[in-house]
This record gives sequence, C-alpha cells and structure tokens, in this order.
Amino acid sequence: MPNIYIDGKKVEAKDGQTIIEAAFQNGINIPHFCWHPELSVSGNCRMCLVEVGMPKKFADGSIERDENGHFVVGYFPKLQIACSTQISDNMHVKTVSENAVKAQESVSEFILINHPLDCPICDEAGQCKLQEYAFNHSRGESRFEETKNHNVKRVSWGPNVIFDGERCITCSRCIRFSNEVANQEVLTFAQRGDKVTIQLFEGTQLDNPYSMNVIDICPVGALTSKDFRFKSRVWDMSFNESICNSCGKGCNIKVGVRNNEVLRIEPRPNHYVNNHWMCDYGRLNPIDKINEKRVLSPMVKVNGKLSDTTWDNAISTAIEKLKKFKPSEVMFVGSAFATNEDNYLYSKFVKTVFKSHNLDSFVYINESFADKKLRVSDKTPNSTGMKEIYGNTNTHGVEISLLKEKIDHHNIKAIYIIDDNFASKTDFIPYLDKLELVIVHSSNHNAVTDRAHIVFALSNFAENEGTITNINKRVQHFAPALTTKENLRFMGMKMSRLDKFGANNDRWTNHDTRDTKAIWSVIQKIANSFNANWSFSSVKDVFEDLTHHIESFKGMTYNSLKEYQGLVLGKGTNPDKKVKNYESHYMKP
Amino acid sequence: MNITKNTEAERLNFWERMYLPEIARGLGLTFRQMFKPSFVRQYPEEKWEPTGSYRGRPVLVAEGNDERCVACGLCARVCPALAIQVQASETLDLSKERFPVLFEINMLRCIYCGFCEEVCPEEAIIMSKDYELVFKSQKEAILGKEQLRVPVEQLQDRLEFLRQYR
Repeated sequence: MPNIYIDGKKVEAKDGQTIIEAAFQNGINIPHFCWHPELSVSGNCRMCLVEVGMPKKFADGSIERDENGHFVVGYFPKLQIACSTQISDNMHVKTVSENAVKAQESVSEFILINHPLDCPICDEAGQCKLQEYAFNHSRGESRFEETKNHNVKRVSWGPNVIFDGERCITCSRCIRFSNEVANQEVLTFAQRGDKVTIQLFEGTQLDNPYSMNVIDICPVGALTSKDFRFKSRVWDMSFNESICNSCGKGCNIKVGVRNNEVLRIEPRPNHYVNNHWMCDYGRLNPIDKINEKRVLSPMVKVNGKLSDTTWDNAISTAIEKLKKFKPSEVMFVGSAFATNEDNYLYSKFVKTVFKSHNLDSFVYINESFADKKLRVSDKTPNSTGMKEIYGNTNTHGVEISLLKEKIDHHNIKAIYIIDDNFASKTDFIPYLDKLELVIVHSSNHNAVTDRAHIVFALSNFAENEGTITNINKRVQHFAPALTTKENLRFMGMKMSRLDKFGANNDRWTNHDTRDTKAIWSVIQKIANSFNANWSFSSVKDVFEDLTHHIESFKGMTYNSLKEYQGLVLGKGTNPDKKVKNYESHYMKP
Repeated sequence: MNITKNTEAERLNFWERMYLPEIARGLGLTFRQMFKPSFVRQYPEEKWEPTGSYRGRPVLVAEGNDERCVACGLCARVCPALAIQVQASETLDLSKERFPVLFEINMLRCIYCGFCEEVCPEEAIIMSKDYELVFKSQKEAILGKEQLRVPVEQLQDRLEFLRQYR
C-alpha cells in the first residue's frame, strides 16, 4: 500500500489509483468536472490541476532528507491533472497551493468564457457543479468582454433528453456514460476549439433505457429532462430518500416533491444495488401513478354505488361483513408491491387471527423488461420479502391459480385484496362480480375499485414508510416524501422552505392532502376487532415485531438499515462494508 | 428621603395661574393657523401621486402582450415573507426560453421590502406607485398574473429611478 501526502496529510492509497481517487476516498475534494468514479478517465476539463512532486533521490537511489528527517520534495514544474496521474509511493500533492489554486481559477475562467451567464433561466441552477465552482474556485468576476460563442439550443437527443449546446462545457461525461454504461455509441464530439460541441451520429437517437442518467451526471444545465424541464426550481422542492418500486432491483432513489406533488425521481448512489444509475422507466412511470387518479378517501358501496366515507365507518363495515364468512370462504390476496411490514401483519392476521389458509399472491414477471444492467424481470419490488414472510404454509389453502375455479364453485365467496396492481390481471376482474364481498386496498381508481364493496385508500410508496426486500435479498428502508392525513407529522421528513412556512391561506398549501392509510394500520384495527390485541403505534414497531418472529430479518433495525443502505437477509448483524458514495453535484439546502 | 415638590402652584407663574390670559393665548394660536396655508389633503377625492422612489405594490412589467418575466423564481426565493409563487413553463421561441404560467403575489404576506425588484435579473418585477390595496377576502388578496401586469409606459418613473440610483 503506497502512502502519498496530500496537502501535507499522509494518506493511504491503493496501487493503481489516481490522485483524485485517493483523495476522494480520504475525504479530500479536488475540483473536477469530467471525472466520475464509474466512468473512464478522459482528463479534458483540466479543472483538477494540482502540484505533484516526488522526494529527491541521490545517485545511489537513496532518498534525500533534510536535517529534520523530512523528505526533500522536488515538485514538477508543470501542474498535473489529478484524475489521470497515477500515484506512486511517497508522492506529494498540493491541491490548495498558490500555483494550483491559480491554475484552477484560470481553468474555471476559461470554461466560463463561452458559458452563458443565464443561471436564472437555466434548469440546473441551484444544483449546478459549474455554479458551485464559480463560487468556490474562480476569480469571482469575468474579464471576458467580447461576445460569447453561440451554439445550438434546445436540441432533442431522444425521447427524454434535450441538449443545449451553449451551456455545454464539453466534459464528455454523457459520451462516456452512453458508451461505457448504457452501451449505446451514438454521441461524439464535433468541431474543434471553441466551436466544439457534442452531437449525435446521423440518424441515431439517445434512446437507451438508461438515457436520463446523462442528465444527472451533466455538471451543467446542458442536458435537461423533457419531462421535468422548467417545471420547478430545485430549491422549491424537497428530496426524500426512497426505493424505486418499478421492479425487483430496488434502486435507491430520491423523490423530488413540490407542493405535495411528485415532480421528479432521481437515483441515489448505493454501491451494492444501483451504483449511481437508474432506468428511465423507474423515473417516469411512477409519477403519474402517484399524482393522478388517486383514491382520496375510503369508500363503501351503498345501494350499488361507491361513496366516500370515514375510516371508522369503512373499517367497521369491513369487520361486520368479514364476520359473516367462514375463514375458508375468504380469499386473501397478498401483494409483492406492499412492504415487508404490511405483508407481515397481513399474513399474521390471516393465519393467526382470522385462521384462514387462503393466502396467496400474484407474480408479475415480464421477461422483456429485464436487461443485463439494472432492470430485472420481476416487476414487483418486494417479492423476495413477501415470500420470506409468507413462508411455505399455503399447502392447505386456495392457490391463486385455482381462484377462478373456486369462485365458480362458490367455495370462495369473499376476497380481500391488498395487491395494488390486481387490475392488471384482467382475466380475474369479471370474477369479482360473482363474489359477495370484495375488499380492496387501492391507491388508484381502476377496474377493481369499481367492483369493490369496500375500498381502503392506500398510501403508495411515496407516502409510506417501510422496508422492501429486493431480488438480491437486500432489505432497504424508504421514507415518505408526500404528506397524507396519516403522516402529516412524520418526523424526519425533509421539507422545502414552502412546506415549512406555508400558512392556511397560502395557495400552495391548499393541495389535496389525501386521506390514505398504510395497509398495516388498517389491518391492525380489523384484527383487534377479532380480539388480536395488537398495539403497534408505528411501522417501526411492526418491523421490530417482524425481526423477532422471522429468522432472516433478525438483528435489523430502521437505524441500521439507513446507516448501511440496506442489509442482506440473514445478515442483519453482519452488514456489508460501508462504501463512500460519490455525488457529483446536488441541491445543497 | 428625597422629596421634591412639584405642585401646580410651583410650576406656573403668576399670569399662568390667572387662567384667562392663557385661554386667550391658546385661541390666538388656533386662529392664526386658520389663515396659514393648509397641508391637509382631501384624501379620497384628492389623491397623492408618489415619486419614483416610492415602494408600492410590486407589479410585473408588461411589454405589449408579453411580460418581461422569465420565471426564474429568484424573487420567490429572496422574498422574506414568501409572498411570491412562480411556476415556469417553456416558451415556443428560443430567445426567451421560459415564461411564468403562474405568478402570484399574496399581498397579505408582502412587506413591500423591494427585494424582489432588487434581485430580478430582467427588471421584470418592480415596485409601483399603487398604494391603495383593499381586499374583501384573503383569497382576493392573492394577485394573479393578470392583475399584476402593468404596461411599461405606466412605470417609467420607477424605471428611471432604478436606472439612476440602483
């Protein structure tokens, strides 16, 4: 292990590392635009110039030392870029010396020569790397009096990405990302000198399933999302940490919210799951589902028509009706979309309180969705956790594959669905009409809620707290990003300035606060009417109970899940090594 | 004990204690004022026209059909009272790029500090001379884009003031 000295501080590094990597691993930030730990080194922004030197040696190879025993360092006359200079033992690096700072400031000034100073209308403002460095690593004023170069603006690069040539600083991160990570070689540099720009090859589009990651890694506002473009300033938004529920991979995400409306979903680095990336589907698809066609309050069917009601009324109606059926006559449909906690309490209710064996769930496998990167064929976020919790006790009960038959033979007369996606199983929907009782937890209005007798308004993943287990058996915690009437006072939720200081007469606070609830809280009330005597006051209590009863979850707590960015099943007390996460640039509150 | 005498008899001199001469003196002052020029303005009938330096209701500068505003949101960010709410959208022409689809100022929150005007990169929101603000309800006090737009011709005084002194 070679030792290097960065700004006089002795730092341990690995062989083959570059200076910037060694510095990053040890918490020293060297300014950079084009370097990204997951991409190849291109070294074209020149922002990471540092002074590098080696100890002087005598002719016989021995190291020269001064009278105090320190190295006598001979610095190279020209500065080196930290991102492509490999370390060697006893290398000395100065990142904040007079020469280095002067060089960094000059590079910053060069980059800003043709960069338009239109931060007020640029979408990246507030989370821009160049803006940040213009404060921290530049002269603070421009000496450039000539007219700036003009370039192409608002060029569509594909279905989701728009390119602005003037704002581009040609760091080539997008080129390297699409070549190396997304494996779609469509981008290239064109022209030379100050006319250099990035172009698509003729007849091609940046349309790979991961194309929107270039927006995140772009250090300036040159690449923007067609979906989010100009919708909101970042400082008006709050970003809460969540987990993507579009497939079984469980990519770590941040949910960007303004006025209780989800506007944007972006990845959050997790070395063990998604690195820095996520797919476009996961970014775009959940947003409409969260914001639109929501079940806003519980509903009960009276005289053939669903009407809004109170939670107490809906739950007591459900209890009353459930009690009319024998345990074997009710089918319970579990959900791989629900959290571990929800599924745990649900199965506990079905097995120990209601004493039924009819608990099964659908699988949602879509082979065409899978690829070799992040997307997997299992479209449910929590199938592993659900299987782990339900166990293999379905031997006596009705299996989901036999459900239609059993309904036809009147063996099953009632159904209790917590599966939010039941409506996509279109062949089952006509059978719901044949049942005497359909209870469903649903977040959106769909064909199932139309046929249901009782609809419980369900908080979806952006409004819920809980844990889900991805296909690699990693249990990950997610926090709510939106407020509902249930989690209005959720502690620890990140809020924007508008959320914090809004008054009743402000229009932005008058968004609809949905009267939705998590599954576990409803199940608990139903179970208690069957003499279960549960007293879970929060989802954390449910998880604690879960870790005591299910072996593979043993030792996990919400705090440890948050600290280690998820724990693997069966390794609750033996977490994976913590990895220092690189975040290129983000909104600083 | 530190007792000071401060009775009326001690404070007033002889003529003052006589009372009537003082009444006459007071009435004399009153009658003199009647013949001096008056400073009272018959307010609702007679309106005051402030100078360009006056900070009245903030307005959006409109040039023809367009407002200058590019919906950058800096005024909303700098507003210490959170009175301003801006939502941007994309324009069709490339020169301006964006415009506000929603621009609201809650006049019950506004404290007329003029920070919005100061921070605006486009000179698009400026303080007007409008000081008569009456609302019948809280909702009415939230002014939308249409109520905030004022043609640039009517704002020359303020623009001139800003050019000189900012």
